[in-house]
Amino acid sequence: MRQLILGAVAAGTTALTPIVASAQTEVQFWHAFTGRLGELVAAQVEAFNASQDDYEVVASHKGNYSETLNAGIAAFRAGEQPHILMVFEVGTATMMGAKGAIKPVYEVMAESGAEFDPDAYIGAVKGYYTTTEGEMLSLPFNSSTPVLWVNRDALEGAGIDPDTDLSTWQNVEGVLDELKAAGHSCPLVTAWQSWIHLENFSAYHDVPFATRDNGFAGLDTELAFNGEAQVTHISKMGEWAQDGKFVYTGRRNEGGANFRGGECALFTESSAGYAGIKSEAEFDFDVRPLPYWEGVGNAPQNTIIGGASLWVMEGHEAEEYKGVGEFLAFLSSTPVQAQWHQDTGYLPITTAAGEATRAAGFYEENPGTDVAVKQMTANEPTANSKGLRLGSFDQIRGIIDEELEAVWAGDKSAQEAMDSAVERGNQLLRRFEQAHR
Amino acid sequence: MEKRVTFRGWMLPLLLIAPQVFISAVFFFYPAGQAVWQSLFIPDPFGLSKQFVGMGNFEFLFSDRHYRASFYTTAIFSILVTLASMIPALFLAVLADRLIKGSGVYRTLLIWPYAVAPAVAGVLWLFMFNTRVGVVSWYLGQLGYDWNHVLNGSEAMGLVVAASAWGRISYNFLFFFAALQAVPRSVIEAAAIDGARFWRRFFTIVLPLLSPTTFFLLVVNVVYSFFETFGVIHTITSGGPQQATTILVYKVYSDGFVGQDLGSSAAQSVVLLLVVGLLTVLQFKFLEKRVHY
Repeated sequence: MRQLILGAVAAGTTALTPIVASAQTEVQFWHAFTGRLGELVAAQVEAFNASQDDYEVVASHKGNYSETLNAGIAAFRAGEQPHILMVFEVGTATMMGAKGAIKPVYEVMAESGAEFDPDAYIGAVKGYYTTTEGEMLSLPFNSSTPVLWVNRDALEGAGIDPDTDLSTWQNVEGVLDELKAAGHSCPLVTAWQSWIHLENFSAYHDVPFATRDNGFAGLDTELAFNGEAQVTHISKMGEWAQDGKFVYTGRRNEGGANFRGGECALFTESSAGYAGIKSEAEFDFDVRPLPYWEGVGNAPQNTIIGGASLWVMEGHEAEEYKGVGEFLAFLSSTPVQAQWHQDTGYLPITTAAGEATRAAGFYEENPGTDVAVKQMTANEPTANSKGLRLGSFDQIRGIIDEELEAVWAGDKSAQEAMDSAVERGNQLLRRFEQAHR
Repeated sequence: MEKRVTFRGWMLPLLLIAPQVFISAVFFFYPAGQAVWQSLFIPDPFGLSKQFVGMGNFEFLFSDRHYRASFYTTAIFSILVTLASMIPALFLAVLADRLIKGSGVYRTLLIWPYAVAPAVAGVLWLFMFNTRVGVVSWYLGQLGYDWNHVLNGSEAMGLVVAASAWGRISYNFLFFFAALQAVPRSVIEAAAIDGARFWRRFFTIVLPLLSPTTFFLLVVNVVYSFFETFGVIHTITSGGPQQATTILVYKVYSDGFVGQDLGSSAAQSVVLLLVVGLLTVLQFKFLEKRVHY
């Protein structure tokens, strides 16, 4: 029954796609982008199709990240999977675990004979999607990293020098005190609390988020973010929340509206927030590197990415995989990548694309757009800062959100909350391990 | 004394119920059977492999105190939604029933909210109570009350209950209104002549006569609050803050579609099915005896 329905849906989608010349091999590409990003993806696909005559890439939008992943899974079960599926970074372990459903990118590239040099990609970006043996499993597509956004007018309004050093949390704390003393109602706000204040925090301070190299070394990984460094940070944030220095607005990026509206002075959010802040903010703003606690761990190490990568699905013809290889090589080429980086604010995936952007004078014209790149590439990633590879991770993030809310509300101490999140998360990891035995 | 219509032979009655049996089989028994079967396994999301675990999924669920807490949350939520959607509906129906002129206008206006889908209703209420731009939260702020359902669990619960009950009031109103119209005038007039005032007449005569409708609505509203409120929870709180609004059906969704844990999700569906079935049986067994038809 389900196969029938899925088949019908798939047939319906195919019927809607433009008719292509039969001589061309078709490559299906499912993605999660709408609006401006959707247009930019469409432009990339169009440029690829125009650049050669052998292959036709057909891009389809399948809903948000979770919906796209679910669509890909359902399609695979019905034998109707696309060639390329966009999967967000937290779905990485799910995709990796699906041996027999995915075809690793390094394999696709080797077989297709397309141009492919793994060393051309930025280590901190590709690391998230690469095995410990250095084999690239999926192609990084859109990646960003958290930074600190500063409302300069708000600082000035509170009598603080807007150029004051905000590189450490120690300094930020001083500024928060001053803002509060000046009667500011929202000194600090954040988006994506788990991603920024636990996942990136751990990488940045070079402390483990989970055992077994954050899950890269095996499914028998256990969460470890109830360590001293993380607990100290969360406990500080909890104190700030109680004192009204940190304002909690929700689990996603709800705080963006407060910052863009000029209510909040400091905002920890993805570097990809650039376009929105630039177009809406009616105040003078600044991008700064994410703060770190001076003297804790090896900070500043490097931050990790968020975003999505492209996975190649199993079960298609060799000729079609050749087309997939060509398309992925096209996406990685310097001009295409540099353009994507400049248009979207996402990180470039290759070093060459970053250099081309610098050479074109883009960073001078748009100050602050290179902060994220520098912060990601400052140091060679360690086992703690390569990324995370944890099963059921979307759900573990939900658990972390719940426990953090208990801290912000003053119901639990940071240690209690993190211990509980670790314990609950570990149960899910064990189930994931069992499902992939 | 019951009236019975009898058929001669079996063919015709079987033929008559066949479409309904077919639809139930395809859309209810088959998927429900699948859920029971899947609840015995831990599969991987792509369906490449699965481990038979027997009752393992159920053991996992019931050893999780957050899952057990979800029962409590669901109970509070459904009691509140049922009360908050039935009492105002009855009150409005009584008032509309007393109107001599213009009751048609009131009736039409009161039915409108029912046309709003739960998810849309959720967004509407979320906007009104948005901690930053919400109209209601702004007025509350003026009164010195700091509304923050993002961190305050009771406020979040209040908000999802209000948003779930709101559209449902219309539905209940319709049924109560129709039932009130059917109460024989002569009985009420007789009581009035005996000197019973309005509220006394209402509680001693009207309310008992409404009991079949009330009972029906009770069952329907409990089922509604268990299943159809998903959209409201999803748009307003996503189950938070902490787990304050994580009702059972929301957990089925988040484990199945966010966590890709299909085994646990299937086991939860089975539990949910049993709970609602049990509730309905209890209602019929104990409450129905007190219903006068």
